[in-house]
Amino acid sequence: MAAITTVMTGNDAAAAAVKLARVQVIAAYPITPQSPVVEQLAAWVESGELPAEYVPVESEHSAMTVCIGASTVGARTFTATSANGLAYMNEQVWWAPGARLPIVMCIANRAMAAPWNVLNDQQDSMSVRDAGWVQLYCRNNQEILDTTVQAYRIAERLHLPVMVCYDGFLLSHTMMPVSVPDAADIDAFLPKFTDPWTIVDPDDPRNVGPVTLADPRADAEGIVSPGYMEVRAHHQRALLEALDVIPEVDAEYGANVGRTWGGLVWDHLLDDAEVVLVAAGSLAMQMTLVAETLRQEGVKAGVLGIRSYRPFPVDALRERLAGRPLALVFDKALSYGYEGPICSDLRGSLLGHEGAPSVFGIVCGLGGRDVTPDAIADATRRAVADARAGKRTRATEWLGLKLEGTV
Amino acid sequence: MDEKREISISRPAVGEAGATGQWRNSRPVMDSTLCLAAKSGRVTCQICWVHCPDGCIAQGAGPVIDLTYCKGCGICAQECPAHAIEMAPEALHGTCELTEGTEVL
Repeated sequence: MAAITTVMTGNDAAAAAVKLARVQVIAAYPITPQSPVVEQLAAWVESGELPAEYVPVESEHSAMTVCIGASTVGARTFTATSANGLAYMNEQVWWAPGARLPIVMCIANRAMAAPWNVLNDQQDSMSVRDAGWVQLYCRNNQEILDTTVQAYRIAERLHLPVMVCYDGFLLSHTMMPVSVPDAADIDAFLPKFTDPWTIVDPDDPRNVGPVTLADPRADAEGIVSPGYMEVRAHHQRALLEALDVIPEVDAEYGANVGRTWGGLVWDHLLDDAEVVLVAAGSLAMQMTLVAETLRQEGVKAGVLGIRSYRPFPVDALRERLAGRPLALVFDKALSYGYEGPICSDLRGSLLGHEGAPSVFGIVCGLGGRDVTPDAIADATRRAVADARAGKRTRATEWLGLKLEGTV
Repeated sequence: MDEKREISISRPAVGEAGATGQWRNSRPVMDSTLCLAAKSGRVTCQICWVHCPDGCIAQGAGPVIDLTYCKGCGICAQECPAHAIEMAPEALHGTCELTEGTEVL
């Protein structure tokens, strides 16, 4: 059977990927805008189309805990959440990478409360960037499907959990054409997971992640266990190894399915660009149209899309931005008290490098505020004018803020 | 299974976390005139053994508490249906003796 192209939402694309990946254990708690992913999976488990265990739970903390338990005994696991659900599971979000469990979790990105809001920004997943997961951001529904399948390969090669992040409503509930690959092609790409590090056998039991002191020490049998810092150093090394593995897996996927997504980063009209618009997710896709429009009026604009936010693709970004006068970063999140997370990460990675651009930050789209192509174009024109006037740095701009009470 | 030394994993073993009896600030003291198993001379009841979260109580008539590892949580005293276990301040008993070769954490 060949691939079938149909029209589906981003959530349905994620569910289709989970089915293709032959996931064995699914545990989730509903939250807007993620719920349709696990509703679809529950329906497939009920109908027998997906031979998996579906574990209904009373909270996201329990959802991740079930995934941790199942992954600890070698099962391929999945969960999905958004915003406050991700915050509620935070403790276990840290356990999964520390225990090196290859769990895949979709995040339908949504604003954090308070105030209550179910619409899109990327504050939820950006707030757990430091937990030690691989974080991939998708630009459209096809990429959600393909990236979710790829996520299992990345996770199981590196023994790291992977978050597949996509914009709530803008992608999660928006219909687009999506090609669903042939199951045989996915089976060839994604073999069974046969290399778990932790199998709990009642006849040969283990303590997994027990109290671990700062220094290495010998256990009761004289086997030297790593100290906490050694465990974390291995974890960090694996995440940095993902800088190679993510593009490799993308290429393998391309060989099997016929589509690739740029590995760590992707770009549009970048070759001669003098102002580079930088973002993660669907916003960067929208910027490709803005860049084309700006070029018609003589502004040499290009787009650099971040697919892998963790690990942060420092070398790929430096290489693509060398010699550009200006990078304009659009963050749909904020490190409160500082600036947008992509902006400060990018500025830090460029610091001291020959030919590095000025980096201006813009915060936009919080709580689902519409980010229109016109607004992006205007912001770009202002930034270009500031750069031409000699500004090398600038305070973070809030795009389209209406503080005067106008509606 | 290969032991993967990139993560923290160990085999369960007595004393894996050290002589945790050092943590105790009150100790369970069993009154064998009240303990149902001790009184009957049979391995009966054993509710303290069931509830001990650290596996420090050995089954018996009556059960025996290993003070090298007992942290003094007092759950056994709470659960004993015969009220045969009393938690006594550790200051009355001095510290427990170290098992030879066991690391103090």
